[in-house]
Amino acid sequence: MSREFWRWKEYNWKAPDLDWRSAAGITAGIDVGSVSSQAVILTDGKIFAYSSQRTGSDSPESAQRAMNRALDGTGMSLENIQFVVGTGYGRVNVPFAQKAITEIACHARGANFMYGPTVRTILDMGGQDCKAIRCDEKGKVTSFLMNDKCAAGTGRGMEVFADLLSIPIEEIGDLSFTVEEEPPPVSCTCVVFAKSEALRLLRRGWAKNKVVAAYCAAMAHRVVTLLERTGVEKEFAITGGIGKNRGVVERIEKELKVKAMAPSWDTQIAGALGAALFARALLEKSRSVN
Amino acid sequence: MEGGKILSQTKVLTGLETRQAVEAAFEEALRTAGVSKNNVGRIVVTGVGKQEFPFEHVEVSEVKADARGVIFLFPAARTVIDVGAEEGRGIKCSAEGKVVDFTLNEKCAAGTGSFTEAMARALEVPVEKLGGLSRQSTQAIPMNAQCAVFAESEVVSLLHAKTAKPDIARAVHEAIASRISSMVRKIGVEKEVLLIGGLAKNAGFVDALKTDLGLEVFVPQEPEFVGALGAALIAEGES
Repeated sequence: MSREFWRWKEYNWKAPDLDWRSAAGITAGIDVGSVSSQAVILTDGKIFAYSSQRTGSDSPESAQRAMNRALDGTGMSLENIQFVVGTGYGRVNVPFAQKAITEIACHARGANFMYGPTVRTILDMGGQDCKAIRCDEKGKVTSFLMNDKCAAGTGRGMEVFADLLSIPIEEIGDLSFTVEEEPPPVSCTCVVFAKSEALRLLRRGWAKNKVVAAYCAAMAHRVVTLLERTGVEKEFAITGGIGKNRGVVERIEKELKVKAMAPSWDTQIAGALGAALFARALLEKSRSVN
Repeated sequence: MEGGKILSQTKVLTGLETRQAVEAAFEEALRTAGVSKNNVGRIVVTGVGKQEFPFEHVEVSEVKADARGVIFLFPAARTVIDVGAEEGRGIKCSAEGKVVDFTLNEKCAAGTGSFTEAMARALEVPVEKLGGLSRQSTQAIPMNAQCAVFAESEVVSLLHAKTAKPDIARAVHEAIASRISSMVRKIGVEKEVLLIGGLAKNAGFVDALKTDLGLEVFVPQEPEFVGALGAALIAEGES
């Protein structure tokens, strides 16, 4: 079988210094996205463990896999988690979640934790959608715009290009900055047509890094038009998988003339993190009622 | 074309080198007709790659060429729907083959032949077989994605869920038919409706389009030649 260049690596992480056995509240958030699924486990409001896995064709199973991977090697089991919130495209299909909350609310909440209370505009670049979210100092959504109809400006679009050019997807960002001069962006918005355009450019003798730079710029331009419709209030942050691709991130900053905040955590876990934070609030509420 | 009669017609795949493709098509047409380039009095070129034609010529828009070709073949047509590989068009035309109004999609693959090509790949079925396949469908299933890239993932998921291929093929055709008819409704659909372009050869799409428009949709015998025919008619008319 030929190599699949779009296949980003699945991973998990565990806090080296937290002991879950002494925690009073253990909550989790599961973000079942259209392309990837994340699980985040919090102990007393601190990030204890997380994972990121590819979403399969079955949402409940994808949620389970993400959770198992986050629990992996921690000694914790699902029964130890007191409240689970599901979010993302497959949120209603998380079998072990007590509640489902929209990914817009969760991303804002997660970004508020990751970037601090000064964040006001969040660009979430997901696998099959892209959202521009405005929020207040508590991470509460004040307005948002979403594109989930078109692959342009989504992670899926970048996967298509990684495959087309046979470049591992994690290397695209760095490679896009190896050009001597910044090329004009790929002119077709539609990913299918941009693919044909890229093939014509390669035939015309463009090197792969130049085509990659042109596509990163096109993607940046696409999401900037979405952001401009909501307005960008500082501070500004980018979440989702593309948040890790500096080829797109730095070109968005350049076009917007606004620097994005440096993430303190993996940008791809923002949704699941927000869900876990909501779970924590819900857990505390249930305790104060009882 | 000579005196309103077609001498020859050829088709080549454009591929990535438009210029080579254009030359090859022209040379083959000359050879089949048994005429030399010098015998051709006037050349009118149409299509997205029209400026690539290497010899002296006049260019006309695809919309104009389509309207002219359609009225020649089917004088009762008032609405032309042309779905090619990377473009979709709706044209309202007069009895004289003049363009009254038109609408165009060249920005999004979802309303073009590229969509069915991508879906055929995902289904692992040759694209020519997709139409026949969807006619074997026993039940309608919805297709949620509009975007060709997302629809491809959806088709893969449907296959994983063991959905029958004919039912998926039908959903694909219903999806693209709905895109096309909403585009054409912008200019108003007047009888008779003639469908041309490569996708007109896909019976599954034609069925879906008829249902969506609630009208009879006519398809000429060689729907992919209508644009070139229109260009040749314009060339005759002007010489």
